[in-house]
Amino acid sequence: MSRYIPNTKEEQQGMLRDIGLSSIEDLFSDIPENIRLKKELELDNPLSEMELYDHMKNIASSNANLNEYSCFIGAGAYDHYIPVLVDHILSRQEFYTSYTPYQPEISQGMLQAIFEYQTMICELTGMDVANASMYDGATAVAEAASMASGITRRSKVLVASTVHPEYRQVLKTYSHFKGAQVVEVGYKNGLIDLEDMEKKTDTDTAAIIVQYPNFFGSIELIKEAGEIAHSKKALLIVCADPIALGMLEAPGKLGADIVVGEGQSLGNPLSFGGPYLGFFAAREKYLRKMPGRIIGQTVDNLGRRAFVLTIQTREQHIRREKATSNICSNQALNALAAAVYLTVMGKQGIREVAELCLQKAHYAYDSLIETKKFKPAFSTPFFKEFVVISESPVSEINKKLLGHKIIGGYDLARDYPELKGGWLVAVTEKRTKQEIDNMTKKAGVVI
Amino acid sequence: MRDNPLIFELSKPGRKAYSLPCCDIPLKDVKDVIPEDCLRKDSALLPEVGEIDAVRHFTNLSLRNHGVDSGFYPLGSCTMKYNPKINEDVARLDGFMKIHPYQSDDSAQGCLEILYKTGEMLAECTGMDKVTLQPAAGAHGEMTGLMIIKAYHESRGDTDRNVIIVPDSAHGTNPASAAIAGFNVIEVKSNEQGNVDIDALQSIMSDKVAGLMLTNPNTLGLFERDIEKISKIIHDAGGLLYYDGANANAIMGISRPGDMGFDVVHLNLHKTFSTPHGGGGPGSGPVGVKKDLVPFLPVPIVDADCDNERYFLDYNRPQSIGRVKSFYGNFGVVLKAYAYIKSLGADGLLAASQTAVLNANYIMNKLKEYFELPFDRKCMHEFVLSGQKQKEKGVSTLDMAKRLLDFGYHPPTIYFPLIVKEAIMIEPTETESRETLDEFILAMIQIAEEAENDPQKVKGAPYNTVVVRLDEAGAARNPVLRWRG
Repeated sequence: MSRYIPNTKEEQQGMLRDIGLSSIEDLFSDIPENIRLKKELELDNPLSEMELYDHMKNIASSNANLNEYSCFIGAGAYDHYIPVLVDHILSRQEFYTSYTPYQPEISQGMLQAIFEYQTMICELTGMDVANASMYDGATAVAEAASMASGITRRSKVLVASTVHPEYRQVLKTYSHFKGAQVVEVGYKNGLIDLEDMEKKTDTDTAAIIVQYPNFFGSIELIKEAGEIAHSKKALLIVCADPIALGMLEAPGKLGADIVVGEGQSLGNPLSFGGPYLGFFAAREKYLRKMPGRIIGQTVDNLGRRAFVLTIQTREQHIRREKATSNICSNQALNALAAAVYLTVMGKQGIREVAELCLQKAHYAYDSLIETKKFKPAFSTPFFKEFVVISESPVSEINKKLLGHKIIGGYDLARDYPELKGGWLVAVTEKRTKQEIDNMTKKAGVVI
Repeated sequence: MRDNPLIFELSKPGRKAYSLPCCDIPLKDVKDVIPEDCLRKDSALLPEVGEIDAVRHFTNLSLRNHGVDSGFYPLGSCTMKYNPKINEDVARLDGFMKIHPYQSDDSAQGCLEILYKTGEMLAECTGMDKVTLQPAAGAHGEMTGLMIIKAYHESRGDTDRNVIIVPDSAHGTNPASAAIAGFNVIEVKSNEQGNVDIDALQSIMSDKVAGLMLTNPNTLGLFERDIEKISKIIHDAGGLLYYDGANANAIMGISRPGDMGFDVVHLNLHKTFSTPHGGGGPGSGPVGVKKDLVPFLPVPIVDADCDNERYFLDYNRPQSIGRVKSFYGNFGVVLKAYAYIKSLGADGLLAASQTAVLNANYIMNKLKEYFELPFDRKCMHEFVLSGQKQKEKGVSTLDMAKRLLDFGYHPPTIYFPLIVKEAIMIEPTETESRETLDEFILAMIQIAEEAENDPQKVKGAPYNTVVVRLDEAGAARNPVLRWRG
């Protein structure tokens, strides 16, 4: 027996006898002979704990990890500092080995933590209500678009081409199958083209989707987009970077109706793209159209404060095909990480992290421009990420940098062919002056 | 235990739990680089606490939560098996945790290898040809699989197939996912043995049917004995067969969906493959398909150049349904499932399923004289009792579930599947000892006796928990969804 099955073969025989059977095989008599597997599964021999650890370590060592490499790539996933406390809390079995808190009497810990998370997301975004998490930023955008269609009973959404390319792809997949239309809005000097947006917004437009800061790192024209949306009674959906919200005005104050985003930056490791979390917040009047789990405060029969899954009549287990979404499992543990992160950073820390990112990104930008091998792509204000145009192919620069143990920026030409040589560089609070100087020096002599 | 204050209620201006290095570069005036109206006027009201306050707060919260390591968790359909510790450790290796998703393929060969090989192993376990690991959870996998089915029909010019059939015993996510993928849903009823009613299925077939979603064993824990007939009916009508893998813990190494006639399969790595449920997530819902459907899988696909032992991401797939998630799925979860399969091998997986089924049958047999058993036949990895007998004494299934809390158990799934009145759905999994099962059986028998002799005791439960029953209706009527100072 494997180490994860406590009962011995003899004990199992005893159990079988107890229920009047003679062999394990007897339990499977309902499975027709034709469809039984006649062979053993073709898998490698089992590994002991010791062998498994070595095996995994071996595979892990063929990756370039960011403890040894200096990271200047972002594009939707960021190398922010994670206070050690986060993993200590996440490693508590009471949290990570539990399931969705269906039984509130023995799930108050997770319920209260997520209630606190909802509050923090409301605070950051300037919204009234937040849910308990979505799968990631991309699916949160797609669900927000679907929610806006439901609210407005309109079938078209406008999305800025300055929104993360993968988010737009996910949005298009979801929309295609629901029979909704997605129209892209162009950009000018790194920001949405307001004229193009105005032209494309009509009375069939359910929502306008913008990112803040946008995929280029530029601080997007949220207020202006909101005015255009609202003039046609469409909703404004803002996909925001939660770290930027430490210092940038809350989207709720700029006219947003739904605010979503990728929450990875809040205490979640990069982990090759997941698990992360999507955060999702909205104005109160849209509460009953929201997707996902929502935690509410109530009292128990003795009048004590307690927390519980609530407004569940929106959800799949009750409404089935009429539910606001099909989501069941979410990213609760990642939301807990976000809550612990935001608790540790607190009111001052989140602002300080944001300012460090801003300062370091600007220092790196100036340094790269000084090398004269890079030209500015845009002249718009940016936060922790920016675009420069390189004379030599981005792939060559990145290859060279990798040799110096530096992970270079994102090659924009992949999604924006017009931005040939476009290099999207991210600088978080973790990068030191020495690392930035080293990177700009190495990048500056590539040719 | 006393009420646990909210973290916001512990907050004191000026306290902090963080430390950051000094800025080592020349500073700019923020107002010179960011227009003033873009700057935040009011700080987000996040808590201000010291590090020890934060540690105690979340530690205290954890003590108000029940996990698999705390005690038995027979939550039907959720497969709350033991989550091996070594898998947590290997997932935290720097070489996995500190890898950026956009690093070049060359610098992330280890991650790509894990994704590729997990896909191959899951294909082998299910009898499918190719697997995508992009979906983040079971419901997300359902949506992805149904989109693939739609794309397949459309690619053949078969554009009128807009109906998905689901049994009346199906999980709520099935019809909800079908709606998201743009289908209409028709229910097919179950017969008196708890299986799909073949005549009823036959009568709703038409050239509008795109497919049937089936959980096998179904949500009653019963194997669909007529699966070959069902497969023929669906395929003869031009439809496809979708396998909901929520209950795959019953069949590993015993019978594969691919051999039963299924065309599309999703698995829940957080159920069958031992990855922790995380208090509600993250999960992972890989989707496997048969050869004809491979072109429609979401982009990117992880592929291997076997000659050079090199792994790469393939985006060039013109018939793909597109992307369903950013990056490549919940990599950190997939990693733990990989470690699990490597630890168990073929024998271990088979033993897991056999033991899970034995444990379920053992409990069922010991409880059937105390509770109504609507379908008295061999069950698979779970079974469904009815609390109807106790209901007649005024004690509901909810009351009995709450009473179980006093014994230190997480209760079974209740009131599901919808076709059983006062349903109690029990899934013990393979990782529990006989002693644990016996103690649970005794607790259930005691509760049945209490329902008979002292119903008020059960109706008043729980007594030993940090809070007692909640005003759930009040929570929904007057929603308080965030703290306000």
